[in-house]
Amino acid sequence: MSMLSFEQKYRVRGGTLLGGDLFDFWVGPFYVGFFGVTTAFFTILGIALLVYGAAIGPTWNVWQINVAPPDLHYGLALAPLKEGGLWQIITVCGIGSWVSWALREVEICNKLGMGYHVPFAFAFAILAFVSLNVIRPLLLGAWGHGFPYGILSHLDWVSNTGYQYLHFHYNPAHMLAITFFFSTCLALALHGSLVLSSTNPGEGEEVKTPEHEDTYFRDFIGYSIGTLGIHRLGLVLALNAVFWSAVCIILSGPFWTKGWPEWWSWWLDLPIWR
Amino acid sequence: MFRDLVAGKTGRSAPGRWPGRAGQILALIGSLTLLAACERPPVHYSQGGFRGTAMADVQNPRTFQAKVDANQVPEPSPPADPSGPRATEVYKNVQVLGDLSAGQFTRVMVAITSWVAPQQGCVYCHNPANFADDSLYTKKVARRMLQMTRRINSDWQPHVQKVGVTCYTCHRGNAVPAQIWFKDPGPRTAQGLAGNKFGQNMPSKVVGLSSLPFDPFTNYLDQHEEIRMASTTALPSGNHQSIKQTEWTYALMMHFSKSLGVNCTYCHNSRAFSNWAQSPPQRVTAWYGIRMVRDINNVYMNSLVDVFPAYRKGVTGDVAKTYCATCHQGVYKPLLGVSMAKDYPELQGPSPEAEAPAAAKPASVATN
Repeated sequence: MSMLSFEQKYRVRGGTLLGGDLFDFWVGPFYVGFFGVTTAFFTILGIALLVYGAAIGPTWNVWQINVAPPDLHYGLALAPLKEGGLWQIITVCGIGSWVSWALREVEICNKLGMGYHVPFAFAFAILAFVSLNVIRPLLLGAWGHGFPYGILSHLDWVSNTGYQYLHFHYNPAHMLAITFFFSTCLALALHGSLVLSSTNPGEGEEVKTPEHEDTYFRDFIGYSIGTLGIHRLGLVLALNAVFWSAVCIILSGPFWTKGWPEWWSWWLDLPIWR
Repeated sequence: MFRDLVAGKTGRSAPGRWPGRAGQILALIGSLTLLAACERPPVHYSQGGFRGTAMADVQNPRTFQAKVDANQVPEPSPPADPSGPRATEVYKNVQVLGDLSAGQFTRVMVAITSWVAPQQGCVYCHNPANFADDSLYTKKVARRMLQMTRRINSDWQPHVQKVGVTCYTCHRGNAVPAQIWFKDPGPRTAQGLAGNKFGQNMPSKVVGLSSLPFDPFTNYLDQHEEIRMASTTALPSGNHQSIKQTEWTYALMMHFSKSLGVNCTYCHNSRAFSNWAQSPPQRVTAWYGIRMVRDINNVYMNSLVDVFPAYRKGVTGDVAKTYCATCHQGVYKPLLGVSMAKDYPELQGPSPEAEAPAAAKPASVATN
C-alpha cells in the first residue's frame, strides 16, 4: 500500500504512552508503537493456544471446536491446562490484546491531537467481554462461569445461561440493551440514507448540503438533530447498548437467582393497582 | 429555584443545562433503587453438565434457608406391632387399611390427624357417635386418598422412588393442601376480540409471574396432551404445533421450575430441549412425574367430583387437582428428599387400581 501524497505530514513523532521513541514507527500503513507490539504478542499467543486447544480436542470442524473454562470446583484458582487452564490463559491473551489495541488507538489520538472517542468507544466492547468472563465469574466465585471459546459452544452457553433465569426477555437491563441495539440500527439507517439521499440527487440536480438534510427532517418530523448531533446520538445509543448488555449479564446470577419474570413483582405490587 | 438546583450552580454544567449535578445524583439514586429489588452475592451454583455449558442450578443460600426451615419433617411416631388381630376384625367398615394390625391402624389414624387435621382432630372425618359411619364427605375423601397414597408408593416408584409419600408430603398440617389447582377460565371480560386475552397476557403466579397462559394444567395434567413442540427436522416438514401451543408448554414448564425451585437447565440442555441423550437424568424422573400427576388427577381426584361439597370446588365445578407444586412446594425433592414413608410401612401396600402404569417409557427416547 503506497502512501498518499499528503499523508506524510500526519506521521508525526511522539504521543506515545510507553516506550518513548522505541516503537514509534509505522509498518506500511500501520502505526506500531509499544502497544502494537503487545497486541501482536497477545494475539499470536492467544490464537496459537486456541489452535492447540483445537488440536487436543475431538474435532477440527470449525463450528464445533471448543475451548471450555474449568469446572466450577476449581473456583478462582488456576486449572490444569487441559481442563480449563488453556481457557484461562487465552482469556488473559484476549484481554491483553484488546486493551493493547485500545491503548494503541490512544497513542494515535495523541499524535493527531484528537479526542479519545474511538478508544473510549472500543473500551465498551472490551468491557462487555470483561463483564462476561472476568467480573461475573469473580462475583460468582469461579472461572467456570465464563463462556467457552467456540462458535457453537458459546451459543449453547448463552442459551443455557438465559434459561438459568427461565425467561431472559424479562430481564430489565436486557430489555434496555435490546432497545438500544435496535435504536442504534434505526439511527444508523436514518443517518446513512439521509446522507446518501443528499449526495445522490436526481439527474441534473446539484449535490445537497447539510441544510437540506436538516430541512428534510424538520419537514418530516419537526426536528433535526443536526450533523454533529446525529453522531453524538449514534455513539450514545451504541455505547448504551453495550453497557446495558454488560449490566444484564452481571445482574444474572450475582444479583438475581430466580426467574426474571419474578423480578417484576415490585411492579405488580405497586399500591396503585395491586 | 428548582431550575438552578437541577442545573447545578457550580461546576462545568452550563446554566439550564440538564441534567446538572443534582440531576446526576438523582439519576444515580434512581438506578440504585432499581437494584433494591435484586439479591446479592455470594450465590450457590451446582454444575450439572460438561464445563462451559452453563448447565447449572442456581440458589441463593440466604433465601434457600427459608425453604429448609419450611421443609422439616415431623418426628415419626413409635412403630406399631404388625402382629395381632387385623383392623378389619377389630373395627367396622375398614375398606382400605384392613390388612394392617389394629395397632398399626390406630397409629396411622393418629398420624393422619396430626398431618391433615391437627386442629379439628378425629371429628374432621369421623362422626364422633359412630366412627364407622361414612356420612362425612371428608371420610370418603380420606379413604380415596389412602388408596392414592398406596398407589403412588407402589406403582409410581419411577417418580417417587424409594422415598415415597405420606399424607404430610402434600398436606403439611392443612386439611386441603396449600398448593392445588382448579380449571381457570380467566377473568370475565367484554365480548369479542378486544376483551379476549385467550387465556394469557395476565401475570400469573402459577407460571412464575410471567404473562404466559395461566392455565396450562387442564390440557397437560388433567387431559393427556403431548408436551412436544420442537420439530425433529431442520426444515419445516409437517410440524403443525402452533406458537400458541408452544406457549402453553412453556407456561407449564415455568410452573415446573417454580414448583421445584430449579431452572430450565435442571432437566434440559437448552441447545436441544427435546433430545433425551443430551438431557440430565432428572428429566426422566419428571417425565414419570407428569404421568403420575395425570393418574392422580384422573383416577383419584376426578372420581371425587360428587363427594366434595360445592364450596370445595372451583368456579367451573371441578375438584381440586394436583400439580408439581402440590408435593414439591418449592424444592427439587419434596421435604428435601427425606423419606417419611419408610417410617410408615402402613402406607405401603397393594393398590386396588394397580394397572402397571410404569410399564410406559418416554416414547421419544429412541427417536429424539
